[in-house]
Amino acid sequence: MSESEMALSAGQSGHAAFMEPSPYGIQSKKLTMWLFIISDAVTFGAMLMVFSYLRAGTPNWNAPFHFSPSIINGMVMTFVLLTSSLTMLGAVEAAKAGRKAASLKWLGGTVLLGTLFAVLHLREWFHMFDEGWRLFQNPTGGPVIFGAAFFSITGLHLMHVISGIIALIVIAIGYSTDWLDSNHVETTGLYWHFVDLVWMFVFPLVYLMNAAR
Amino acid sequence: MHETSEPAVHQHGPPTSFIRKHIFSLDHKVIGKQYYGLALLAVVIGMILSWLMRIHLAWPAWPIPGLDKLSAVGAPGGVMTPEYYLSLMTMHGTIMVFFVLTNAPFAAFGNYFLPIQIGAEDMAFPRFNMMSFWTTFTAFVVMCAAFFVTDGPPISGWTAYAPLSAVGKDAGPGLAMGQNLWAISIAIFCIGSLLGALNFIATTLDLRTKGMSLSRMPYSTWAWFVTAVISLLAFAVLLPACILLILDRTAGTSFFIPSGLVLSDRLQPHAGGSVLLWQHLFWFFGHPEVYIAILPSIGIVCHILPVFARKPLLGPRATIGCMIAIGFLSYMVWGHHMFVSGMNPFSANLFSVPTLIITIPATILTLLLIGTVYGAKMRFTTPALFCLGFISVFISGGISGFFLAQPSLDTYLHATYFVVAHFHFVMAVASIFGVFAATYFWFPKMYGRMMNETLGKWHFWLTFIGVYCIFMPMHYLGMAGNVRRYSAFVDDYLIALIPVHKFITIAALATGAVQLIFLFNLIWSRFRGPVAPDNPWEGTSLEWSTTSPPPFDNFGGRHMVVYQGPNEYGVEGAANDYVMQTSSEKIVTS
Repeated sequence: MSESEMALSAGQSGHAAFMEPSPYGIQSKKLTMWLFIISDAVTFGAMLMVFSYLRAGTPNWNAPFHFSPSIINGMVMTFVLLTSSLTMLGAVEAAKAGRKAASLKWLGGTVLLGTLFAVLHLREWFHMFDEGWRLFQNPTGGPVIFGAAFFSITGLHLMHVISGIIALIVIAIGYSTDWLDSNHVETTGLYWHFVDLVWMFVFPLVYLMNAAR
Repeated sequence: MHETSEPAVHQHGPPTSFIRKHIFSLDHKVIGKQYYGLALLAVVIGMILSWLMRIHLAWPAWPIPGLDKLSAVGAPGGVMTPEYYLSLMTMHGTIMVFFVLTNAPFAAFGNYFLPIQIGAEDMAFPRFNMMSFWTTFTAFVVMCAAFFVTDGPPISGWTAYAPLSAVGKDAGPGLAMGQNLWAISIAIFCIGSLLGALNFIATTLDLRTKGMSLSRMPYSTWAWFVTAVISLLAFAVLLPACILLILDRTAGTSFFIPSGLVLSDRLQPHAGGSVLLWQHLFWFFGHPEVYIAILPSIGIVCHILPVFARKPLLGPRATIGCMIAIGFLSYMVWGHHMFVSGMNPFSANLFSVPTLIITIPATILTLLLIGTVYGAKMRFTTPALFCLGFISVFISGGISGFFLAQPSLDTYLHATYFVVAHFHFVMAVASIFGVFAATYFWFPKMYGRMMNETLGKWHFWLTFIGVYCIFMPMHYLGMAGNVRRYSAFVDDYLIALIPVHKFITIAALATGAVQLIFLFNLIWSRFRGPVAPDNPWEGTSLEWSTTSPPPFDNFGGRHMVVYQGPNEYGVEGAANDYVMQTSSEKIVTS
């Protein structure tokens, strides 16, 4: 029996009359998603700390990102990801109102924008690989640690985006076949907004603060 | 707004196949026992490792029979090399901290008793729960695999300090494949712990039965809850740290490796990293980890002691407040592990202050426990004795903490046996005493049979004397300048201390042997112990309102309703001298 079936049958069993009310008045699964987000925020916090620590400890830190194309590309990526949060909001609102077809369309839009973000990001990565960037190599002659710090932090974020896209597809399929309900859409939405929010920290720290003058 | 969800897994009745019932079980009680079994296996391995180290320290030239079979390179002819001593020390620390002190008091007893104590049928996510156990088990198997690779386990200690841990085989034996396995195992362990922490928090917040408000939760439940919150944040830092370490080791990055490092006459092809960065990340996890090990035991003692003192715990709200304060402060003090690391001495002062502040809630907790016992008509059962023993070793270990919290003193003592004595007392022995108390206390509930009291008391007294014989002299060794992590003592000033080491070794061997009494008691009572009543100790909390052992859904289909806090002992005018949490009896306070 899957977790989702359990939640469904629990909704019907009426046990809640014998329970203390949840302090936050939300589903356990949604609460757990919030807890996961807190934990994941600490993980990203650690990575941002690592980046800042290495940056502060490296005297000849370099700033390799030119306004065109790197920063422009980053701005487009940011715009795409922010927009995907908006479409996610549409999906959640529609699902809550019971407008399933609309919700699925919004979910599809979110998946497309998320994929566009990932493609733009990977395209930039491959461009950097061509220039000679590696985890252990810096073609500009600056500190090699820059590559490691850059790829690990953006890689962690990209991994979250790709996991989010997969989760959105699974949720959309489950929702369209009535295997999952609107709560799953909302809970996945929480995750998606978090991934978006993290980018708001990654982008300034990794790109804007390393823009070439 | 939807109803809060709750596990409905039991609506289909208990599983019947052996595999679903005993191996891939979703039942929190089975998973708790599995964690306990894993911790028991781990503690046996960890203790054998400490025996091997102790024997070598006292009699370095003695061949240990069979050791050359384990590693022909590390112990040619049965005499371990200095490097192999460090390998064994690394594995002793890692296994004990991660797989014993994290698993036994928190994951094992927490899994079994947290849902019962709040009146739930199971954890919030039984499938997650099963996954977290099997993830932890996988981590253990990967860790133990390090014994069997060519040059043995890593020599970098349980803290895996860089650059030793980050460079690879140039840095010494065990730092190639052994260290890889270590880092992978700990990363897997982090995932298992994070899953467990999510589950514990969601369960505590959402699955409490009617009347079980937060303030009526037993202290053990509170401790597991706070510990879960600490785990959620601490392991979230160790996980990326381990992944960066793995990248350093396998992908050519140099997060933790500085420029210009020459090892084994070879300039390392790394540049730009910082060795202190690893220490910061590790101890940001590592200090909260210390509280992950000790807080559940504090909670267990707070839960058990009033049962045998027949008095309410003194200052129930202060107790919970202190636990939360300790949890909060545990994130501000990691730098006190790094006083001699080369960190800016000014930041050492900065970390010293919260470290000294953390002694305040710890001291209040201890005083409240002593105050609870004061003037009580104690029932000196085995679990009560282990609770009193806990207070004793917690004080003995805690007092040396005052010294170590001060950078000026720590500079001298840090690399000596004084620190070994300190953390073994306050973290290891204290936590294990909590586990012993919990085992004797809850065994009747878990298996429906009582443990043997006579054997239990022998076990307590011999262990209690034993741990003092082992760890008390280490304070003096430390003050005499006896450095730790040395495999043999050949310097003039250390040779004079070898008789003390021989005494400690004999005490360690004897105390270890005493644990066979416990193991025998555990196995014998499981099958031959007298049948336990539902409430053998006259406790108040919900686990004593169900049968021993509890049925599959914990309360046999009943919905428990809670009317009292867990602290109603020695109640005047009540039918008994205590009032169960499920009793609607009115308590008249004068």
